[in-house]
Amino acid sequence: MKKLKFLSALALSTALMAPAAVAEISVKIGVLNDRSGVYADLSGEGSVIAARMAVEDFDAEAKGITVEIISADHQNKPDVASNIARQWYDEDDVDVIADVPTSSAALAVNDITREKQGVFLVSGAATSDLTGSACSPYTVHWTYDTWALANGTGRAMVEVGGDSWFFLTADYAFGHALEADTSAVIEANGGTVVGSVRHPFPGQDFSSFLLQAQASGAKVIGLANAGGDTINSVKQAAEFGITQAGQALAGLLVFITDVHALGLETAQGLVLTESFYWDLNDDTRAWSDRFSEAAGGQKPTMVHAGVYGSVLHYLKAVEAAGTKESDAVMAMMKEMPTDDPLFGQGEIRVDGRKIHDMYLFEVKSPDESAGPWDYYKLLNTIPAANAWRPLEDGNCPLVQ
Amino acid sequence: MLFDLLGITPQALFGQLLLGLINGSFYALLSLGLAIIFGLLNIINFTHGAQYMLGAFCAWLLLHYFGLGYWWALILAPIIVGITGIIIERLLVSRLYHLDHLYGLLLTFGLALIMQGLLRNEFGISGLPYNIPSELSGGQNLGFMFLPNYRGWVVVASLIVCLATWYMIERTRLGAYLRAATENPTLVGAFGINVPRMITLTYGFGVALAAFAGVLAAPIYSVNPNMGADLIIVVFAVVVIGGMGSILGSILTGFGLGIIEGLTRVFYPEGSSVVIFVIMAIVLLVKPAGLFGRRA
Repeated sequence: MKKLKFLSALALSTALMAPAAVAEISVKIGVLNDRSGVYADLSGEGSVIAARMAVEDFDAEAKGITVEIISADHQNKPDVASNIARQWYDEDDVDVIADVPTSSAALAVNDITREKQGVFLVSGAATSDLTGSACSPYTVHWTYDTWALANGTGRAMVEVGGDSWFFLTADYAFGHALEADTSAVIEANGGTVVGSVRHPFPGQDFSSFLLQAQASGAKVIGLANAGGDTINSVKQAAEFGITQAGQALAGLLVFITDVHALGLETAQGLVLTESFYWDLNDDTRAWSDRFSEAAGGQKPTMVHAGVYGSVLHYLKAVEAAGTKESDAVMAMMKEMPTDDPLFGQGEIRVDGRKIHDMYLFEVKSPDESAGPWDYYKLLNTIPAANAWRPLEDGNCPLVQ
Repeated sequence: MLFDLLGITPQALFGQLLLGLINGSFYALLSLGLAIIFGLLNIINFTHGAQYMLGAFCAWLLLHYFGLGYWWALILAPIIVGITGIIIERLLVSRLYHLDHLYGLLLTFGLALIMQGLLRNEFGISGLPYNIPSELSGGQNLGFMFLPNYRGWVVVASLIVCLATWYMIERTRLGAYLRAATENPTLVGAFGINVPRMITLTYGFGVALAAFAGVLAAPIYSVNPNMGADLIIVVFAVVVIGGMGSILGSILTGFGLGIIEGLTRVFYPEGSSVVIFVIMAIVLLVKPAGLFGRRA
């Protein structure tokens, strides 16, 4: 009996050691996002699925890299996000934290990652400070940011005559950054900002704020909020006849899941900026079909796509660098051009900003749509060269 | 002159007052149900927000699977959700009457989390579209604001239901039994009245009120599993301010606080999510039993 036990222990240990002989590097990726609150559909489990798909497509196992993916819910709270990030780096040997929607939470994780010298692949968060005044040598901001959203939607609205703006702003880091970046774009293009109101996050009833926006007489009401707040704002703006009375609504950050929740009847005509849409080309359609299958029918958002792209690029960099040591991997990520089926070719700048094309979409009317998730028509492609804040304007200390 | 001082036009002020009244309608309906349940069962029903959410989901399900529109939902959803409430009361809540409040609170809070979690798994968090019924779409230009017909309907429906409930409890024989059972269930039982059944039906009725509010909310708020979670905290503050168990108190405080919150949204929007809690703290300091509560 004793002998049998010994033998089985031996067999087990050799079994455990066998892959280690091939796998020289083992990487642990922590997907940290909102899994239960307002941003759970646009990030949540979908981001974990996307990370897993990146590991599959990279074929990590065959390349001698074992990857483990774990996940946690930060509840959109910076303090919860900080605690989890510290525990992951200190006790759980996590090498990379990915996604992290909610700008205030992302800024907190950004600081901790710099302190612990980990790697932070941001997809869900929006604030352009992550590659500006708060930039870090260990952070890559992949999918989008407030500057790019402002530049896309803000500029497009001013160009068609929407030159006076009133903002409904979510009262936290993201909303403030989005309002500031959009105001700058509006003023640079000859428009004016007549006022703004900061609403608690998350909110439910926006009618008071919408009425204030209406009274301001601005041509455009800019929604500097996201997720459920945007859904409720758009729904209630339609109800109060604000768009019918001639004021235009600009959703500065609208995800496809928001449009799905609103229904096309209410959402039609909204102009929005995204870096990814499932129905862009054959590659995005093929990838999105695989994603849908794993995600119970839901189409991916640009945040999911960004998690995929950033994790894939990270793994390529680990392979090329032959180590998971953060400084070496970050240098490799910035040196190698990026290339994936969702965002095409691009690069990562010295400030951590990932560069790719952005797209200006308009939400289809119910008649134009072929069915569920067929929601956008492409108005304009904003080429990578013009889509992002110029490197020298960000006040990032890494840029000399 | 006064308006100049406040930096707001009278039009805008009236508009905001009216909006406050509309939001107050929801507070009133929800706090009324809570007050009734607390008054008779002595249970702090933390499932109330989830039951409000179930009402809205029920409306969506009726439309989606059975093609039954808003008006059907307004009648059927409260009945269906009310029946689930009765089942919960019989199976679970009724076992806790002789225990401390805390147990009821934990049970109902846990149930709320389970309901929200299950629906989140099934439908996601972004919500489901539900349109305003065609009879109530459009709106009236009141001069100082554009009032959507539907919002007007919300205030009217809420007022009718609140007043009818108040009348039933304070002015009818059935209500007299209820109030008597609140004071001394043993004695009322001795007169041959089936007190446990009355308690069960009361819980079902309180839950039905929450579901009714949920159906009213479906066309204007996003129908999602968390829609009641944030609201319920505010509603609890309303009940505390009005006085636990006071029927009229919860109705009046519901509408009143809706208006105060609406005004805060104009003068100091950042504070609009805390103003009700500040008032609650002050009321508790000055009048611990609440504005309309009687000291036990």
